Amino acid sequence: MADPILQVRGLSTFFFADEGIVRAVDGASFDLYPGRTLGIVGESGCGKSVTARSILRIVERPGRIVSGEILLRRPGGQVVDLVGLASDGPAMRQIRGGEIGLVFQEPMSSLSAFHTVGVQLIEAIRLHSRLSKKAARDRAIELLALVGIPRPAQRVDAYSFELSGGLRQRVMVALALAAEPHVLIADEPTTALDVTTQAQILELIARLQRERDLAVILITHDMGVIAEMADDVVVMYLGREVEKGPVDAIFHQPRHPYTRSLLRSIPSVLAEPRARLATISGSIPHPLARPAGCPFHPRCPDAMPGRCDVDVPVEVSHADNHVTACHLYTEPVA
Amino acid sequence: MTTPVLEVRHLRKYFPVRRGLLGRVAGHIRAVDGVSFSIAHGETLSLVGESGCGKTTTSRCILRAIAPSAGEILLRDEHGDAIEVASLDRAGLRPLRRRMQMIFQDPFSSLNPRMTISEIIGEPLLVQGMRGTREREARVRDLLELVRLPAAYLNRFPHAFSGGQRQRIGIARALALNPSLIVADEPVSALDVSVQAQIVNLMLDLQDQLGLTYLFVAHDLSVVKHVSHRVAVMYAGRIVETAPTTRLFTSPKHPYTEALLSAVPVPDPRRRAQRIVLEGDVADPSNPPPGCHFHPRCQYATERCRSEIPALREIEPGHAVSCLRAGELSLRGVASGP
Repeated sequence: MADPILQVRGLSTFFFADEGIVRAVDGASFDLYPGRTLGIVGESGCGKSVTARSILRIVERPGRIVSGEILLRRPGGQVVDLVGLASDGPAMRQIRGGEIGLVFQEPMSSLSAFHTVGVQLIEAIRLHSRLSKKAARDRAIELLALVGIPRPAQRVDAYSFELSGGLRQRVMVALALAAEPHVLIADEPTTALDVTTQAQILELIARLQRERDLAVILITHDMGVIAEMADDVVVMYLGREVEKGPVDAIFHQPRHPYTRSLLRSIPSVLAEPRARLATISGSIPHPLARPAGCPFHPRCPDAMPGRCDVDVPVEVSHADNHVTACHLYTEPVA
Repeated sequence: MTTPVLEVRHLRKYFPVRRGLLGRVAGHIRAVDGVSFSIAHGETLSLVGESGCGKTTTSRCILRAIAPSAGEILLRDEHGDAIEVASLDRAGLRPLRRRMQMIFQDPFSSLNPRMTISEIIGEPLLVQGMRGTREREARVRDLLELVRLPAAYLNRFPHAFSGGQRQRIGIARALALNPSLIVADEPVSALDVSVQAQIVNLMLDLQDQLGLTYLFVAHDLSVVKHVSHRVAVMYAGRIVETAPTTRLFTSPKHPYTEALLSAVPVPDPRRRAQRIVLEGDVADPSNPPPGCHFHPRCQYATERCRSEIPALREIEPGHAVSCLRAGELSLRGVASGP
């Protein structure tokens, strides 16, 4: 495997609110490789989106990165720690939207309603290149064609509200690719879309990844989307990574009780009709009231009193890059 | 089969599209265009489809949140007496409200933040004439127990509760008046997976326990598989296929159902499916294509499909489909097992 293009090491991002400190991301570490998709999955409040925002250095106050490294290998080959850069400095502005493209969930609120699709694309293209306006417009039409928008030469002059949800999300992907990034971060890119449109967008991202050897971070709550798209998976719960590994191991040999319970509780089109679902007792605690020890212990079927509610579990690496943070595993399992 | 609790016949809802200074009606959005189905006592029928297919408009017509443009909606009570809901005036609607209740999608905006749980659940009882405070409180306690919430929550306000708990409160309120029909519009789609499972199970258990009848409106076919006895698939204002749950999932007869099923991501990386990726977008209900509304996106479409409107025909008992080629196509469903 090639060298990783992005390495996140011990990343912690906390929010310092009046009511207390929210440990939104608490010690995340993972590697991202060209041509591969890393899926970050978890339920509300698990920290998956804050992880993405930390990498892009767009964490809003009162949040800030309190520790860790985000090492990006730049086109020249040198490695830079994004945590050390000023969030609105020239280097970070070149990286954000330049070397790292991003696609968000809500194409309606991420696109301007006052400018045509073309104007927004041309702006993004010229921000990161020296193309003339005319050349940038041609490039914008090329990009629209690349993401599968029919009649791109006409659509370039359309406003976002004139497009359907699926076409808007394709425009978002075109915008993300405008500066030819090597890394694409997609945060719930298909959550607001219908299922047949979701299939189109996932197919599009997979095709662009193949064609351009893109490294993709896919953030979603949907285990089905992860199973379809990811090569490697990080499962998060209340700010902590609980399990990570290759996609097949996560789905077919899940080790952490949270991952196991989560997989069992997903409704499936393959289930017997009217089959009861396995449930996880209780609900996700408020982020300000994160349980001590392992954050999952109050809901965990295997919790060991005196241990799980006291000590934070450390990460244990098993065979095949499979990692767990759970007191059930004190030693690597072959 | 027993007499249906709900019968919908040729339901239509057209919204006028106005243009120009005088607001001249320039056309109509055919949100619901001739929909018929029935639901038996104790049964769950799911209406599924993508945005704009008319599933929510159908449910809002049945609840009479909006007035249908044409068609009949018959609601029967336990004695078999039917009310024609579609043509009721405002005064006639009030007794109807106790017989049809709704479970909403968003548990955060559907509960009044200034009312306690006891008031929220007790309100429909009060409105329908249960004046005695003690009697009402006893009923509210029973309802909380039914949805498995502790009675200690009675005097708290909604903000103290998680999404799942709020959805339980919404269900308790819907059950307060022993309705003949419960319309649930995307009741679990705003919830996290681990909580969603609890609510799906609760709805199933309550149905078994109380003999409830559900009209379940949803876009998520996986959830639909877990709750439905029968499923009706809508596209551009029409039902294109309806069948018992297992049949619809394993042997779909409409190309749109097939595509919809194949687009659902399956949580198993070893089953990365050969997806049928539909071209283009959902048909525009203000200007639907001629013939079969689905033909521009259908990989099996022939010349006939462009001009001839297919009727919804029963091909087997309980399985109806509106596709001219239903008899000759062999379509792929989702198989269980490895």
